[in-house]
Amino acid sequence: MQQTNKLTPFFENLNFERSDNMMVINFGPQHPSAHGQLRLVLELDGEKVTKAYPDIGYLHRGIEKMAENMTYNEFLPTTDRLDYIASTSNNYAYAHAVEKLLELEIPERAQVIRTMLLEVNRIISHLFFLATHALDVGAMSLFLYAFREREFGMDLMEEYCGARLTHSAVRIGGVPLDLPKDWTRELLKWCDTVEHELANTYEMLLNENRIWKMRLEDVGVISAEEAQSWGCSGPMLRGSGVQYDIRKEEPYELYGELEFDIPVSDRCDSYGRYRLYMEEMKESIKILRQLVPLYDRSAPQLMAHAPQYISAPKEEIMTQNYALMQHFVLVTQGMRPPVGEVYAPTESPKGELGFYIKSEGEPYAYRLKCRAPSFFHTGLLQEILVGTYIADVVTIIGSTNIVFGEVDR
Amino acid sequence: MAQHQVNYASSAGLPIALTTVDKLVNWGRSNSLWPLTYGLACCAIEMMASGASRFDFDRFGTIFRASPRQADVMILAGTLSKKHAEFTRRLYDQMAEPKWVISMGSCANTGGMFNTYATVQGVDRIVPVDIYLPGCAPRPETLQYALMMLQKKIRRESANMNKNTKQNLRLI
Repeated sequence: MQQTNKLTPFFENLNFERSDNMMVINFGPQHPSAHGQLRLVLELDGEKVTKAYPDIGYLHRGIEKMAENMTYNEFLPTTDRLDYIASTSNNYAYAHAVEKLLELEIPERAQVIRTMLLEVNRIISHLFFLATHALDVGAMSLFLYAFREREFGMDLMEEYCGARLTHSAVRIGGVPLDLPKDWTRELLKWCDTVEHELANTYEMLLNENRIWKMRLEDVGVISAEEAQSWGCSGPMLRGSGVQYDIRKEEPYELYGELEFDIPVSDRCDSYGRYRLYMEEMKESIKILRQLVPLYDRSAPQLMAHAPQYISAPKEEIMTQNYALMQHFVLVTQGMRPPVGEVYAPTESPKGELGFYIKSEGEPYAYRLKCRAPSFFHTGLLQEILVGTYIADVVTIIGSTNIVFGEVDR
Repeated sequence: MAQHQVNYASSAGLPIALTTVDKLVNWGRSNSLWPLTYGLACCAIEMMASGASRFDFDRFGTIFRASPRQADVMILAGTLSKKHAEFTRRLYDQMAEPKWVISMGSCANTGGMFNTYATVQGVDRIVPVDIYLPGCAPRPETLQYALMMLQKKIRRESANMNKNTKQNLRLI
Protein backbone atom coordinates (compact mmCIF):
# COMPACT_ATOMS: atom_id res chain seq x y z
CA MET A 1 0.00 0.00 0.00
CA GLN A 2 1.16 3.50 -0.82
CA GLN A 3 2.35 5.50 2.18
CA THR A 4 1.32 9.02 2.98
CA ASN A 5 4.10 11.56 2.85
CA LYS A 6 4.36 15.30 2.80
CA LEU A 7 4.93 15.54 -0.94
CA THR A 8 1.93 13.57 -2.11
CA PRO A 9 -0.92 13.46 0.37
CA PHE A 10 -2.56 10.12 -0.10
CA PHE A 11 -6.06 9.18 0.99
CA GLU A 12 -6.73 5.55 0.19
CA ASN A 13 -7.42 5.74 -3.53
CA LEU A 14 -7.27 9.51 -3.92
CA ASN A 15 -4.19 11.28 -5.15
CA PHE A 16 -3.60 15.00 -4.97
CA GLU A 17 -0.97 16.91 -6.90
CA ARG A 18 1.27 18.92 -4.63
CA SER A 19 0.62 22.58 -5.16
CA ASP A 20 1.55 25.55 -3.01
CA ASN A 21 -1.80 27.24 -3.50
CA MET A 22 -3.99 24.29 -2.69
CA MET A 23 -4.78 22.90 0.70
CA VAL A 24 -6.22 19.48 1.33
CA ILE A 25 -8.45 19.22 4.38
CA ASN A 26 -10.23 16.37 5.96
CA PHE A 27 -13.85 16.96 6.95
CA GLY A 28 -14.98 14.22 9.27
CA PRO A 29 -15.49 11.31 9.84
CA GLN A 30 -16.41 12.71 13.23
CA HIS A 31 -17.77 16.16 12.49
CA PRO A 32 -20.83 17.52 14.25
CA SER A 33 -22.27 18.85 10.99
CA ALA A 34 -21.50 15.83 8.86
CA HIS A 35 -24.81 14.14 9.77
CA GLY A 36 -23.13 10.95 10.83
CA GLN A 37 -19.91 9.50 9.72
CA LEU A 38 -19.19 11.23 6.45
CA ARG A 39 -15.58 11.88 5.67
CA LEU A 40 -15.12 14.50 3.00
CA VAL A 41 -11.68 15.10 1.58
CA LEU A 42 -11.72 18.64 0.26
CA GLU A 43 -9.11 20.40 -1.81
CA LEU A 44 -9.29 24.12 -1.25
CA ASP A 45 -8.05 27.10 -3.19
CA GLY A 46 -8.31 29.79 -0.56
CA GLU A 47 -11.86 29.35 0.64
CA LYS A 48 -13.16 27.76 -2.54
CA VAL A 49 -13.57 24.03 -2.88
CA THR A 50 -11.86 22.75 -6.02
CA LYS A 51 -12.26 19.02 -5.42
CA ALA A 52 -14.45 17.06 -3.06
CA TYR A 53 -14.38 13.36 -2.37
CA PRO A 54 -16.96 11.85 -0.05
CA ASP A 55 -15.41 8.85 1.67
CA ILE A 56 -18.04 6.53 3.05
CA GLY A 57 -18.04 3.22 4.85
CA TYR A 58 -17.48 4.39 8.42
CA LEU A 59 -20.84 3.01 9.47
CA HIS A 60 -20.71 -0.12 7.35
CA ARG A 61 -22.27 -2.89 9.40
CA GLY A 62 -22.88 -5.54 6.79
CA ILE A 63 -26.66 -5.36 7.02
CA GLU A 64 -27.24 -6.79 3.54
CA LYS A 65 -24.98 -9.72 4.30
CA MET A 66 -26.76 -10.28 7.60
CA ALA A 67 -30.03 -10.62 5.69
CA GLU A 68 -28.69 -13.71 3.93
CA ASN A 69 -28.43 -15.54 7.24
CA MET A 70 -31.70 -14.43 8.80
CA THR A 71 -35.24 -15.56 8.16
CA TYR A 72 -37.54 -12.97 6.64
CA ASN A 73 -39.27 -12.05 9.88
CA GLU A 74 -36.02 -12.05 11.79
CA PHE A 75 -34.50 -9.44 9.50
CA LEU A 76 -37.29 -6.91 9.92
CA PRO A 77 -35.97 -5.25 13.13
CA THR A 78 -32.58 -4.83 11.46
CA THR A 79 -34.16 -2.56 8.86
CA ASP A 80 -34.91 -0.09 11.67
CA ARG A 81 -31.23 0.72 11.79
CA LEU A 82 -30.99 1.79 8.16
CA ASP A 83 -32.66 5.18 8.10
CA TYR A 84 -32.98 5.49 11.85
CA ILE A 85 -34.76 8.85 11.71
CA ALA A 86 -37.85 7.32 10.13
CA SER A 87 -37.68 3.64 11.06
CA THR A 88 -41.16 2.64 10.02
CA SER A 89 -40.56 3.64 6.42
CA ASN A 90 -37.72 1.10 6.28
CA ASN A 91 -39.81 -1.59 7.96
CA TYR A 92 -42.55 -0.88 5.50
CA ALA A 93 -40.29 -0.87 2.43
CA TYR A 94 -38.92 -4.26 3.43
CA ALA A 95 -42.30 -5.76 4.31
CA HIS A 96 -43.71 -4.35 1.06
CA ALA A 97 -41.02 -6.09 -0.99
CA VAL A 98 -41.57 -9.42 0.79
CA GLU A 99 -45.33 -9.08 0.38
CA LYS A 100 -44.86 -8.50 -3.32
CA LEU A 101 -42.81 -11.68 -3.44
CA LEU A 102 -45.50 -13.60 -1.55
CA GLU A 103 -48.35 -11.85 -3.42
CA LEU A 104 -50.26 -11.14 -0.24
CA GLU A 105 -53.47 -9.19 0.14
CA ILE A 106 -53.22 -6.79 3.07
CA PRO A 107 -56.42 -6.14 5.07
CA GLU A 108 -57.77 -2.63 4.91
CA ARG A 109 -57.27 -1.69 8.54
CA ALA A 110 -53.62 -2.71 8.35
CA GLN A 111 -53.26 -0.55 5.26
CA VAL A 112 -54.76 2.45 7.02
CA ILE A 113 -52.53 2.01 10.07
CA ARG A 114 -49.45 1.56 7.91
CA THR A 115 -50.17 4.67 5.88
CA MET A 116 -50.73 6.61 9.11
CA LEU A 117 -47.44 5.42 10.57
CA LEU A 118 -45.60 6.21 7.35
CA GLU A 119 -46.89 9.76 7.31
CA VAL A 120 -46.20 10.29 11.01
CA ASN A 121 -42.68 9.12 10.31
CA ARG A 122 -42.41 11.47 7.36
CA ILE A 123 -43.28 14.44 9.56
CA ILE A 124 -40.88 13.26 12.28
CA SER A 125 -38.12 12.92 9.72
CA HIS A 126 -38.81 16.29 8.11
CA LEU A 127 -38.88 18.00 11.51
CA PHE A 128 -35.54 16.40 12.22
CA PHE A 129 -34.21 17.68 8.90
CA LEU A 130 -35.43 21.16 9.77
CA ALA A 131 -33.89 21.02 13.24
CA THR A 132 -30.45 19.81 12.20
CA HIS A 133 -30.29 21.90 9.05
CA ALA A 134 -31.14 25.01 11.02
CA LEU A 135 -28.63 24.07 13.72
CA ASP A 136 -25.89 23.62 11.14
CA VAL A 137 -26.64 26.93 9.50
CA GLY A 138 -26.75 28.66 12.87
CA ALA A 139 -30.41 29.00 13.85
CA MET A 140 -30.09 27.27 17.20
CA SER A 141 -33.53 28.24 18.51
CA LEU A 142 -35.26 26.45 15.67
CA PHE A 143 -33.55 23.23 16.69
CA LEU A 144 -35.25 23.45 20.06
CA TYR A 145 -38.65 24.32 18.59
CA ALA A 146 -38.60 21.56 15.97
CA PHE A 147 -37.51 18.95 18.48
CA ARG A 148 -40.39 19.94 20.73
CA GLU A 149 -42.99 18.95 18.13
CA ARG A 150 -40.93 15.96 17.10
CA GLU A 151 -41.08 14.59 20.64
CA PHE A 152 -44.88 14.65 20.50
CA GLY A 153 -44.73 12.62 17.30
CA MET A 154 -42.36 10.18 18.99
CA ASP A 155 -44.89 9.89 21.82
CA LEU A 156 -47.50 8.82 19.29
CA MET A 157 -45.18 6.18 17.89
CA GLU A 158 -44.29 5.05 21.38
CA GLU A 159 -47.91 4.70 22.32
CA TYR A 160 -48.49 2.54 19.29
CA CYS A 161 -45.45 0.26 19.27
CA GLY A 162 -43.57 0.92 22.50
CA ALA A 163 -40.37 2.23 20.99
CA ARG A 164 -39.26 5.77 20.37
CA LEU A 165 -36.70 5.34 17.66
CA THR A 166 -36.49 1.77 16.42
CA HIS A 167 -40.13 1.00 15.88
CA SER A 168 -40.49 -2.32 14.02
CA ALA A 169 -44.13 -1.29 13.83
CA VAL A 170 -44.92 -3.18 10.63
CA ARG A 171 -45.00 -6.91 10.07
CA ILE A 172 -44.86 -8.89 6.87
CA GLY A 173 -48.53 -9.24 6.00
CA GLY A 174 -49.95 -6.46 8.14
CA VAL A 175 -49.41 -4.76 11.46
CA PRO A 176 -49.02 -6.46 14.85
CA LEU A 177 -51.43 -4.33 16.86
CA ASP A 178 -54.54 -2.27 16.52
CA LEU A 179 -54.32 1.41 17.37
CA PRO A 180 -54.67 2.14 21.10
CA LYS A 181 -57.82 3.81 22.33
CA ASP A 182 -58.01 7.52 21.53
CA TRP A 183 -54.85 7.30 19.44
CA THR A 184 -56.49 8.91 16.43
CA ARG A 185 -57.71 11.78 18.57
CA GLU A 186 -54.16 12.38 19.81
CA LEU A 187 -52.98 12.14 16.22
CA LEU A 188 -55.39 14.83 15.07
CA LYS A 189 -54.34 17.01 17.98
CA TRP A 190 -50.73 16.59 16.98
CA CYS A 191 -51.59 17.44 13.38
CA ASP A 192 -53.14 20.70 14.57
CA THR A 193 -50.08 21.50 16.68
CA VAL A 194 -47.64 20.83 13.86
CA GLU A 195 -49.72 22.80 11.38
CA HIS A 196 -49.94 25.71 13.78
CA GLU A 197 -46.24 25.65 14.57
CA LEU A 198 -45.31 25.33 10.90
CA ALA A 199 -47.20 28.46 9.98
CA ASN A 200 -46.55 30.48 13.10
CA THR A 201 -43.09 29.48 14.26
CA TYR A 202 -40.89 27.83 11.67
CA GLU A 203 -42.00 29.69 8.59
CA MET A 204 -42.32 32.98 10.47
CA LEU A 205 -38.80 32.56 11.77
CA LEU A 206 -37.14 31.39 8.60
CA ASN A 207 -38.97 32.17 5.37
CA GLU A 208 -38.06 35.83 5.24
CA ASN A 209 -35.13 35.65 7.62
CA ARG A 210 -32.28 37.62 6.02
CA ILE A 211 -29.48 35.45 7.38
CA TRP A 212 -31.31 32.25 6.54
CA LYS A 213 -31.91 33.43 2.97
CA MET A 214 -28.32 34.60 2.56
CA ARG A 215 -27.02 31.23 3.70
CA LEU A 216 -29.41 29.15 1.62
CA GLU A 217 -30.31 31.00 -1.56
CA ASP A 218 -28.27 29.95 -4.61
CA VAL A 219 -26.30 27.52 -2.49
CA GLY A 220 -26.07 23.92 -3.62
CA VAL A 221 -27.69 24.46 -7.00
CA ILE A 222 -28.65 21.22 -8.74
CA SER A 223 -30.15 21.40 -12.20
CA ALA A 224 -32.90 19.00 -13.21
CA GLU A 225 -30.56 17.13 -15.60
CA GLU A 226 -27.91 16.80 -12.91
CA ALA A 227 -30.39 15.52 -10.36
CA GLN A 228 -31.76 12.95 -12.77
CA SER A 229 -28.39 11.73 -13.99
CA TRP A 230 -27.07 11.31 -10.43
CA GLY A 231 -30.06 9.20 -9.47
CA CYS A 232 -31.57 11.65 -6.99
CA SER A 233 -35.03 11.06 -5.67
CA GLY A 234 -37.42 12.51 -3.15
CA PRO A 235 -37.07 16.17 -2.18
CA MET A 236 -33.67 16.40 -3.88
CA LEU A 237 -35.29 15.65 -7.23
CA ARG A 238 -38.49 17.60 -6.62
CA GLY A 239 -36.41 20.55 -5.41
CA SER A 240 -34.97 20.68 -8.92
CA GLY A 241 -38.34 20.96 -10.58
CA VAL A 242 -38.98 17.32 -11.51
CA GLN A 243 -42.39 16.18 -10.35
CA TYR A 244 -41.69 12.59 -9.39
CA ASP A 245 -43.06 10.85 -6.34
CA ILE A 246 -43.44 7.09 -6.03
CA ARG A 247 -46.64 7.62 -4.05
CA LYS A 248 -48.20 8.97 -7.27
CA GLU A 249 -46.19 7.06 -9.91
CA GLU A 250 -46.57 3.60 -8.43
CA PRO A 251 -49.15 3.95 -5.65
CA TYR A 252 -48.82 1.51 -2.78
CA GLU A 253 -51.03 1.08 0.28
CA LEU A 254 -53.79 3.70 0.21
CA TYR A 255 -51.93 6.45 -1.60
CA GLY A 256 -53.88 5.79 -4.78
CA GLU A 257 -57.16 6.69 -3.04
CA LEU A 258 -56.04 9.68 -1.01
CA GLU A 259 -56.06 13.26 -2.14
CA PHE A 260 -52.77 15.05 -1.84
CA ASP A 261 -50.45 17.12 -3.98
CA ILE A 262 -46.80 16.68 -4.76
CA PRO A 263 -45.09 19.98 -4.03
CA VAL A 264 -42.38 20.92 -6.51
CA SER A 265 -39.87 23.73 -6.43
CA ASP A 266 -37.94 24.90 -9.47
CA ARG A 267 -35.54 27.06 -7.52
CA CYS A 268 -33.00 24.19 -7.54
CA ASP A 269 -31.17 25.59 -4.46
CA SER A 270 -31.12 24.81 -0.74
CA TYR A 271 -33.80 27.40 0.00
CA GLY A 272 -36.15 25.79 -2.50
CA ARG A 273 -35.58 22.42 -0.89
CA TYR A 274 -36.24 23.87 2.56
CA ARG A 275 -39.57 25.27 1.33
CA LEU A 276 -40.36 21.91 -0.23
CA TYR A 277 -39.87 20.09 3.07
CA MET A 278 -42.26 22.50 4.74
CA GLU A 279 -44.89 21.95 2.04
CA GLU A 280 -44.48 18.18 2.26
CA MET A 281 -45.22 18.27 5.97
CA LYS A 282 -48.46 20.12 5.23
CA GLU A 283 -49.40 17.47 2.66
CA SER A 284 -48.67 14.73 5.20
CA ILE A 285 -51.00 16.41 7.66
CA LYS A 286 -53.66 16.50 4.95
CA ILE A 287 -53.21 12.75 4.37
CA LEU A 288 -53.37 11.96 8.08
CA ARG A 289 -56.66 13.83 8.43
CA GLN A 290 -58.17 11.84 5.56
CA LEU A 291 -57.04 8.57 7.12
CA VAL A 292 -58.82 8.93 10.45
CA PRO A 293 -62.38 8.41 9.04
CA LEU A 294 -61.05 5.54 6.88
CA TYR A 295 -59.77 3.87 10.03
CA ASP A 296 -63.14 4.09 11.74
CA ARG A 297 -64.88 2.48 8.75
CA SER A 298 -62.44 -0.43 8.29
CA ALA A 299 -62.97 -4.02 9.44
CA PRO A 300 -60.81 -5.02 12.42
CA GLN A 301 -58.62 -7.60 10.65
CA LEU A 302 -54.91 -6.79 11.04
CA MET A 303 -52.90 -9.55 9.39
CA ALA A 304 -53.29 -11.07 5.95
CA HIS A 305 -54.76 -14.55 5.76
CA ALA A 306 -52.09 -16.82 4.27
CA PRO A 307 -51.52 -19.90 6.44
CA GLN A 308 -48.49 -20.89 4.37
CA TYR A 309 -46.59 -17.73 5.31
CA ILE A 310 -48.31 -15.95 8.16
CA SER A 311 -49.24 -17.30 11.59
CA ALA A 312 -52.93 -17.31 12.48
CA PRO A 313 -54.26 -14.90 15.14
CA LYS A 314 -53.32 -15.77 18.72
CA GLU A 315 -56.81 -17.05 19.65
CA GLU A 316 -56.73 -19.60 16.84
CA ILE A 317 -53.21 -20.73 17.77
CA MET A 318 -54.37 -21.34 21.30
CA THR A 319 -57.54 -23.19 20.32
CA GLN A 320 -56.92 -24.98 17.01
CA ASN A 321 -54.36 -27.70 16.55
CA TYR A 322 -53.63 -27.00 12.90
CA ALA A 323 -53.01 -23.29 13.50
CA LEU A 324 -50.60 -24.18 16.30
CA MET A 325 -48.67 -26.53 14.01
CA GLN A 326 -48.44 -23.87 11.33
CA HIS A 327 -47.26 -21.37 13.87
CA PHE A 328 -44.62 -23.79 15.16
CA VAL A 329 -43.25 -24.43 11.70
CA LEU A 330 -43.24 -20.72 10.79
CA VAL A 331 -41.46 -19.76 14.00
CA THR A 332 -38.85 -22.52 14.03
CA GLN A 333 -38.12 -22.70 10.30
CA GLY A 334 -39.33 -19.41 8.90
CA MET A 335 -41.55 -18.80 5.92
CA ARG A 336 -40.44 -20.07 2.54
CA PRO A 337 -41.40 -17.64 -0.22
CA PRO A 338 -41.64 -18.86 -3.82
CA VAL A 339 -38.56 -18.77 -6.03
CA GLY A 340 -38.17 -15.42 -7.73
CA GLU A 341 -36.83 -11.94 -7.46
CA VAL A 342 -38.60 -8.74 -6.68
CA TYR A 343 -37.93 -5.04 -6.39
CA ALA A 344 -40.47 -2.79 -4.71
CA PRO A 345 -39.88 0.96 -4.47
CA THR A 346 -41.43 3.16 -1.82
CA GLU A 347 -41.23 6.88 -1.16
CA SER A 348 -39.37 7.23 2.11
CA PRO A 349 -39.00 10.73 3.59
CA LYS A 350 -35.62 11.01 1.88
CA GLY A 351 -36.47 9.59 -1.51
CA GLU A 352 -36.86 6.28 -3.26
CA LEU A 353 -36.25 3.47 -0.82
CA GLY A 354 -36.60 0.02 -2.26
CA PHE A 355 -35.59 -3.50 -1.43
CA TYR A 356 -34.47 -5.99 -4.02
CA ILE A 357 -34.89 -9.55 -2.85
CA LYS A 358 -33.84 -12.70 -4.62
CA SER A 359 -35.42 -15.80 -3.23
CA GLU A 360 -34.41 -19.39 -3.97
CA GLY A 361 -37.34 -20.80 -2.02
CA GLU A 362 -35.33 -21.02 1.19
CA PRO A 363 -36.32 -19.36 4.50
CA TYR A 364 -33.35 -17.03 3.94
CA ALA A 365 -33.06 -14.49 1.17
CA TYR A 366 -30.40 -15.48 -1.35
CA ARG A 367 -29.52 -11.83 -1.85
CA LEU A 368 -31.01 -8.68 -0.44
CA LYS A 369 -30.14 -5.26 -1.77
CA CYS A 370 -31.32 -2.02 -0.28
CA ARG A 371 -31.66 0.88 -2.67
CA ALA A 372 -31.24 3.80 -0.30
CA PRO A 373 -31.78 7.39 -1.44
CA SER A 374 -29.06 8.89 0.74
CA PHE A 375 -26.38 6.85 -0.99
CA PHE A 376 -27.04 8.60 -4.28
CA HIS A 377 -27.28 11.99 -2.61
CA THR A 378 -23.87 11.45 -1.02
CA GLY A 379 -22.40 10.68 -4.43
CA LEU A 380 -23.84 13.91 -5.73
CA LEU A 381 -21.73 15.86 -3.22
CA GLN A 382 -18.58 15.49 -5.31
CA GLU A 383 -20.31 17.36 -8.10
CA ILE A 384 -22.16 20.14 -6.29
CA LEU A 385 -19.52 20.99 -3.71
CA VAL A 386 -16.98 22.02 -6.35
CA GLY A 387 -16.86 25.79 -6.70
CA THR A 388 -18.65 26.55 -3.44
CA TYR A 389 -17.14 28.16 -0.37
CA ILE A 390 -16.08 26.05 2.58
CA ALA A 391 -18.74 27.69 4.76
CA ASP A 392 -21.45 26.50 2.37
CA VAL A 393 -20.32 22.87 2.55
CA VAL A 394 -22.21 22.43 5.80
CA THR A 395 -25.36 24.00 4.33
CA ILE A 396 -25.24 21.69 1.34
CA ILE A 397 -24.69 18.55 3.41
CA GLY A 398 -27.57 19.63 5.63
CA SER A 399 -29.87 20.24 2.71
CA THR A 400 -29.16 16.86 1.09
CA ASN A 401 -30.51 15.30 4.32
CA ILE A 402 -28.35 12.19 4.24
CA VAL A 403 -28.37 9.52 6.92
CA PHE A 404 -25.40 7.25 7.20
CA GLY A 405 -27.12 4.14 8.39
CA GLU A 406 -28.66 4.09 4.96
CA VAL A 407 -25.58 5.05 2.97
CA ASP A 408 -23.16 2.53 4.43
CA ARG A 409 -25.68 -0.12 5.42
CA MET B 1 -10.16 52.50 57.92
CA ALA B 2 -12.50 50.02 56.38
CA GLN B 3 -16.04 51.22 56.93
CA HIS B 4 -17.68 48.00 55.82
CA GLN B 5 -15.85 45.72 58.18
CA VAL B 6 -17.90 42.65 59.09
CA ASN B 7 -18.03 41.63 62.68
CA TYR B 8 -18.13 37.87 62.28
CA ALA B 9 -18.71 37.17 65.92
CA SER B 10 -21.88 39.24 66.15
CA SER B 11 -23.34 38.54 62.68
CA ALA B 12 -25.71 35.65 62.34
CA GLY B 13 -23.55 33.21 60.37
CA LEU B 14 -19.97 32.85 59.30
CA PRO B 15 -19.39 33.23 55.55
CA ILE B 16 -16.91 30.39 55.71
CA ALA B 17 -17.39 26.89 54.37
CA LEU B 18 -15.09 24.07 55.20
CA THR B 19 -14.41 21.33 52.69
CA THR B 20 -11.71 19.07 51.39
CA VAL B 21 -9.86 19.64 48.13
CA ASP B 22 -11.24 16.34 46.84
CA LYS B 23 -14.81 17.40 47.43
CA LEU B 24 -14.35 20.86 45.96
CA VAL B 25 -12.62 19.63 42.82
CA ASN B 26 -15.07 16.80 42.32
CA TRP B 27 -17.99 19.17 42.81
CA GLY B 28 -16.64 21.24 39.95
CA ARG B 29 -15.82 18.28 37.74
CA SER B 30 -19.09 16.44 38.21
CA ASN B 31 -21.28 19.47 37.62
CA SER B 32 -19.73 20.63 34.40
CA LEU B 33 -19.34 17.45 32.39
CA TRP B 34 -18.96 18.53 28.80
CA PRO B 35 -19.46 15.64 26.41
CA LEU B 36 -17.96 15.32 22.98
CA THR B 37 -20.59 15.17 20.23
CA TYR B 38 -19.69 11.67 19.25
CA GLY B 39 -22.73 10.50 17.35
CA LEU B 40 -22.05 7.35 15.40
CA ALA B 41 -25.45 5.89 14.53
CA CYS B 42 -29.02 5.62 15.77
CA CYS B 43 -28.17 6.40 19.41
CA ALA B 44 -26.87 9.78 18.26
CA ILE B 45 -30.45 10.80 17.53
CA GLU B 46 -31.44 9.98 21.10
CA MET B 47 -28.34 11.81 22.31
CA MET B 48 -29.47 14.87 20.34
CA ALA B 49 -32.97 14.47 21.78
CA SER B 50 -31.50 14.52 25.28
CA GLY B 51 -29.79 17.79 24.43
CA ALA B 52 -32.97 19.26 22.95
CA SER B 53 -36.03 20.86 24.45
CA ARG B 54 -37.84 18.13 26.34
CA PHE B 55 -34.96 16.47 28.13
CA ASP B 56 -32.72 19.54 28.37
CA PHE B 57 -29.29 18.26 29.29
CA ASP B 58 -28.02 21.73 30.13
CA ARG B 59 -29.65 21.38 33.55
CA PHE B 60 -26.84 19.01 34.50
CA GLY B 61 -24.16 21.39 33.29
CA THR B 62 -23.80 19.21 30.25
CA ILE B 63 -23.04 21.20 27.14
CA PHE B 64 -22.06 19.36 23.99
CA ARG B 65 -18.70 20.37 22.60
CA ALA B 66 -17.51 19.68 19.10
CA SER B 67 -13.81 19.57 19.98
CA PRO B 68 -12.13 16.81 22.01
CA ARG B 69 -9.85 19.42 23.57
CA GLN B 70 -12.82 20.99 25.36
CA ALA B 71 -14.59 17.79 26.32
CA ASP B 72 -14.52 15.82 29.57
CA VAL B 73 -16.68 12.88 28.68
CA MET B 74 -16.98 10.94 25.47
CA ILE B 75 -20.45 9.55 24.85
CA LEU B 76 -19.93 6.84 22.27
CA ALA B 77 -23.40 6.67 20.79
CA GLY B 78 -23.82 4.01 18.16
CA THR B 79 -22.12 1.28 16.20
CA LEU B 80 -18.36 1.56 16.01
CA SER B 81 -17.02 0.09 12.81
CA LYS B 82 -13.48 -1.15 12.43
CA LYS B 83 -12.84 1.59 9.89
CA HIS B 84 -13.78 4.22 12.45
CA ALA B 85 -12.07 2.66 15.49
CA GLU B 86 -8.74 4.33 14.73
CA PHE B 87 -10.34 7.77 14.93
CA THR B 88 -12.10 6.97 18.19
CA ARG B 89 -8.83 6.16 19.85
CA ARG B 90 -7.21 9.26 18.39
CA LEU B 91 -10.03 11.51 19.64
CA TYR B 92 -9.89 9.85 23.05
CA ASP B 93 -6.17 10.49 23.26
CA GLN B 94 -6.72 14.12 22.28
CA MET B 95 -9.10 14.71 25.18
CA ALA B 96 -7.54 16.38 28.19
CA GLU B 97 -7.37 14.57 31.54
CA PRO B 98 -9.49 13.90 33.51
CA LYS B 99 -11.74 12.13 31.02
CA TRP B 100 -14.53 9.60 31.13
CA VAL B 101 -16.31 7.46 28.59
CA ILE B 102 -19.98 6.48 28.41
CA SER B 103 -20.75 3.62 26.06
CA MET B 104 -24.29 4.23 24.85
CA GLY B 105 -26.39 1.44 23.41
CA SER B 106 -25.96 -2.25 22.72
CA CYS B 107 -23.74 -1.71 19.67
CA ALA B 108 -21.21 0.28 21.66
CA ASN B 109 -21.36 -2.12 24.62
CA THR B 110 -20.95 -5.43 22.86
CA GLY B 111 -21.51 -5.00 19.15
CA GLY B 112 -25.20 -5.67 19.74
CA MET B 113 -27.11 -7.17 16.89
CA PHE B 114 -24.31 -6.48 14.43
CA ASN B 115 -22.04 -9.43 14.90
CA THR B 116 -20.38 -8.98 11.53
CA TYR B 117 -16.97 -8.57 9.96
CA ALA B 118 -17.23 -4.78 9.97
CA THR B 119 -18.13 -3.82 13.51
CA VAL B 120 -16.07 -3.59 16.68
CA GLN B 121 -17.58 -5.95 19.24
CA GLY B 122 -17.68 -3.43 22.06
CA VAL B 123 -15.91 -0.08 22.31
CA ASP B 124 -14.11 -1.24 25.45
CA ARG B 125 -11.71 -2.89 23.05
CA ILE B 126 -10.65 0.57 21.93
CA VAL B 127 -11.12 2.91 24.94
CA PRO B 128 -11.68 2.30 28.67
CA VAL B 129 -15.37 2.66 29.48
CA ASP B 130 -16.83 4.03 32.72
CA ILE B 131 -20.56 3.53 32.21
CA TYR B 132 -22.29 0.98 30.01
CA LEU B 133 -25.74 1.99 28.93
CA PRO B 134 -28.04 -0.80 27.72
CA GLY B 135 -30.81 -0.40 25.18
CA CYS B 136 -31.29 -0.23 21.46
CA ALA B 137 -31.60 2.71 21.32
CA PRO B 138 -31.53 3.80 24.98
CA ARG B 139 -34.07 6.47 25.80
CA PRO B 140 -32.89 9.98 26.67
CA GLU B 141 -33.90 9.30 30.27
CA THR B 142 -31.44 6.43 30.32
CA LEU B 143 -28.67 8.71 29.16
CA GLN B 144 -29.59 11.21 31.84
CA TYR B 145 -29.47 8.48 34.44
CA ALA B 146 -26.08 7.34 33.14
CA LEU B 147 -24.79 10.86 33.45
CA MET B 148 -26.04 11.08 37.02
CA MET B 149 -24.33 7.77 37.78
CA LEU B 150 -21.14 9.13 36.27
CA GLN B 151 -21.44 12.21 38.47
CA LYS B 152 -21.78 9.93 41.50
CA LYS B 153 -18.74 8.01 40.41
CA ILE B 154 -16.69 11.16 39.97
CA ARG B 155 -17.69 12.39 43.41
CA ARG B 156 -16.33 9.17 44.91
CA GLU B 157 -13.02 9.42 43.07
CA SER B 158 -9.89 11.13 44.29
CA ALA B 159 -9.22 14.56 42.83
CA ASN B 160 -5.73 13.35 42.09
CA MET B 161 -6.38 11.15 39.10
CA ASN B 162 -3.14 9.25 39.60
CA LYS B 163 -4.58 7.70 42.72
CA ASN B 164 -7.58 6.26 40.92
CA THR B 165 -7.31 2.70 39.83
CA LYS B 166 -8.76 3.38 36.41
CA GLN B 167 -5.99 5.81 35.69
CA ASN B 168 -3.47 3.07 36.30
CA LEU B 169 -5.34 0.82 33.93
CA ARG B 170 -5.25 3.51 31.33
CA LEU B 171 -1.46 3.65 31.40
CA ILE B 172 -1.11 -0.03 30.47
